[in-house]
Amino acid sequence: MNGTSKTAAALANNRDAGQGSLIGYFPLGYPNLDASVDAAIAMCQNGVDVLELGIPYSDPVMDGIVIQEATAEALANGFKLKQTFDAIRRITEAVETPVLVMTYWNPVIQYGVEKFAEDLSDAGAAGLITPDLIPDEAGEWLEVSNRLELDRVFLATPTSSEKRMQAACELSRGFAYAVSTMGITGARTEVDQLARQVVQGIRSTNTNQNAAVGIGISTTDQVKEVNEYADAAIVGSAFVKAYQAGGLQALIEKVIELDPKK
Amino acid sequence: MTNLRDETGPYFGEYGGRFVPESLIAALDELEETYRVAKADPTFQLELAELHRTYTGRPSIITEVKRFAEHAGDVRVFLKREDLNHTGSHKINNVLGQALLAKRMGKKRIIAETGAGQHGVASATAAALFGLDCVVYMGEVDTERQALNVARMRLLGAEVVAVKTGSRTLKDAINEALRDWVANVETTHYLLGTVAGPHPFPTMVRDFHSVIGTEARQQMLDEFGFLPTALAACVGGGSNAIGLFHAFLDDEDVALYGFEAAGEGMHTDKHAATLNYGRPGVLHGARSYMLQDEDGQTIESHSISAGLDYPGVGPEHSWLKDLGRANYRGISDDEAMSALRLLSQTEGIIPAIETAHALAGVLKLGKELAPGSSILVNLSGRGDKDMETAAKYFGLI
Ligand SMILES: Cc1ncc(COP(=O)(O)O)c(C=O)c1O
Repeated sequence: MNGTSKTAAALANNRDAGQGSLIGYFPLGYPNLDASVDAAIAMCQNGVDVLELGIPYSDPVMDGIVIQEATAEALANGFKLKQTFDAIRRITEAVETPVLVMTYWNPVIQYGVEKFAEDLSDAGAAGLITPDLIPDEAGEWLEVSNRLELDRVFLATPTSSEKRMQAACELSRGFAYAVSTMGITGARTEVDQLARQVVQGIRSTNTNQNAAVGIGISTTDQVKEVNEYADAAIVGSAFVKAYQAGGLQALIEKVIELDPKK
Repeated sequence: MTNLRDETGPYFGEYGGRFVPESLIAALDELEETYRVAKADPTFQLELAELHRTYTGRPSIITEVKRFAEHAGDVRVFLKREDLNHTGSHKINNVLGQALLAKRMGKKRIIAETGAGQHGVASATAAALFGLDCVVYMGEVDTERQALNVARMRLLGAEVVAVKTGSRTLKDAINEALRDWVANVETTHYLLGTVAGPHPFPTMVRDFHSVIGTEARQQMLDEFGFLPTALAACVGGGSNAIGLFHAFLDDEDVALYGFEAAGEGMHTDKHAATLNYGRPGVLHGARSYMLQDEDGQTIESHSISAGLDYPGVGPEHSWLKDLGRANYRGISDDEAMSALRLLSQTEGIIPAIETAHALAGVLKLGKELAPGSSILVNLSGRGDKDMETAAKYFGLI
C-alpha cells in the first residue's frame, strides 16, 4: 500500500539512516492564517519529518483542551475551509516535507469528498488523517485517494480487534496511527505501555504498515522511546503549548528539542 | 414494501452510521451485541417491564383535554402522559433500559449529557437505584436555566460537570461526554439520552421509547375505539417523538407531526429547527440533518427550551422527513410559552417548555385538519423544572 506514499518515503529515509522520525501537528489558522503557515514551515525546517496540518472544526471530540482552544481561536479569527489549499501550497513550495491534513469528516463532506481530494492533491498535500472516519464509512474517500494516490491514515487503538487492526493497516497509506492511550490529545507524563501493544498489533498484521505513535507525547525521552519500537512519534499539543507560551521562537526550540535525528 | 417499523439501522436510508474515533468502536460493538442478546432475551424484557410497572409507573395514562381543545379548532386532543413517569419525563424509559445493559456489560460507571436536565436526572436516578457511579455533563448555560435539575442530580449522588466550551449547551455537553468515553471506555457506559449518536444508539434508544406509542396505540383502540388522525411531539434529538411515532409508522392513515424549536422565529437565525433549516452532515457520530455553515462547522442553535436547543437530530427523523412520512414544523419561543400557559390554565397540567412546542403545534394543526379529527400528543414532560424561566417570562414573581 505504501509504494507511492510521500509520507512512507520520508519515514523510510530516516529508518535507513538509523534514525527515528518526528511528526508534528499544528492547527491551520492559529493564531491567524499567515502565522500558522509560518509556524508550519518553521517546524518543517527545524526537524519535523512529516507535517500534520489540522483543520479547525467546531466539534473536535478527539482533542484535548489545548488543541480545542487553539482551533476555536482560529475559527473565531475567521478561518475558512477554502483557505486550506492555498496555505498548503505556500508550505509545499517552501519545504519538501510531506503535508498530511488532519480533519474531522464533516467539513470534507460539505466541501465534497472528491473535490476536497482533488484540491488537496493540486496543492501538493500528501493526504489526510481522519480521526472520526473509520474504514467502514470511508468508501468514497478510499476510491478517490486511490485514484489520486493520496496518503490516508486510519487509527489503530488499544481496543481495536485483530480484524479491525488488519483493516486499518491494509487501508492506511503512509502509516497507521497507533493511538497510544485511551484518551484524547494532550500531554501526558507517561506514554502508556499500551502504545507498545498497539504497535505490536500493527506489526503482527501481514501488511508491513508503518506505525506512528500519537496522543500524549510531549518530551524528548518519550519521542526517543517511541522511536525504539515504532516508525515515528506524533506530537501535537506540546507544540501548540510552546507556541502559546513563546510564539514562533519557542515553537522552533521545542521542535529542535524533540527532534530524534541527532 | 417492507414495514418502516422494521428498520433497525445502522442506516436509515442515507442517514445514521458510525462517524466516531476508532477508540469507541469496540465499545459500540459490545453495546450492540449486548443489546442484541438482551432484546431477544425474555428475562431482560420481563425485568425491564417489571421496573416500568413498579418504578416508572407504566403504563402512563391518556388524558383527553377538552377545554384545551376548544382553542385548537374542531378536533379532539389526547395527551399521552409521559410527564407522570417517575422523574417527570419520557427520558426514564431509555435510561432504565440502558442501565440494565450497563449492568450486563459489567460497567460500574455511567456518564450522560443533558440539556434540560431531565435525562441527567433520570440517569442519576438509575445510578442511585443500581448503585453505579454517575457523571453528568451539562452546558454551563443550561446549568443556569435549569438550576433546579442540577440540584436534583447532585442530591441523587451524581457529579454534574458544567461544560464551558463552545456554545455551552447540549451540543458541547455531548462533545465532553464523548471525550470522557474515549478515555474511560472500558469501565464506563455512555448513557446517551436521545436517538442521535453512532449506531446502535438511534435504534436502541428508539426501541426503549417505543413503549410510548405501543401503549398509546392500544389505549386509543381500547378506550376510544379509533386511532388518532395525527400524532404530535416536540423534537430535540427526537427521542420522545420517535417513541410515540414508531408503533404508528405503518398506519398510513395516521399523520405524523414533529415540532422543532424555532426560537426567536423561523425568519431569524436564532432557532433550533434542524430539519427545517439544516442540511445533511455528520455530527456526534451519525449522518443526519444538522445546522451548519458552508464549511460544515456546526451553527449554534437557540431556543428558550434547553432540551430542544440542539443543532442536530436523530437519523431516523431525517429519513422520515425525506420519505415524506413525517412532517416537521417550527414553533417559536413565544408560541410555546403561550401554549404552556394555556394548558396550565385550561387543564391544570403544567407541561415542560419542550413539550409546550408540541402543544403550540397542535393549536395550529387542529385548525388545518378536517372537523372531527383527533390529535394524540406526547406530553413528554412536566414543567416543574421550568418554573424559574416561566416566572421570568410571564413576570409571575
Ligand atoms: C420533557 C422533554 N421533552 C423533550 C425533550 C427533547 O428531547 P427528545 O427530542 O429526545 O425527546 C426533552 C429533553 O431534554 C425533555 O426534557
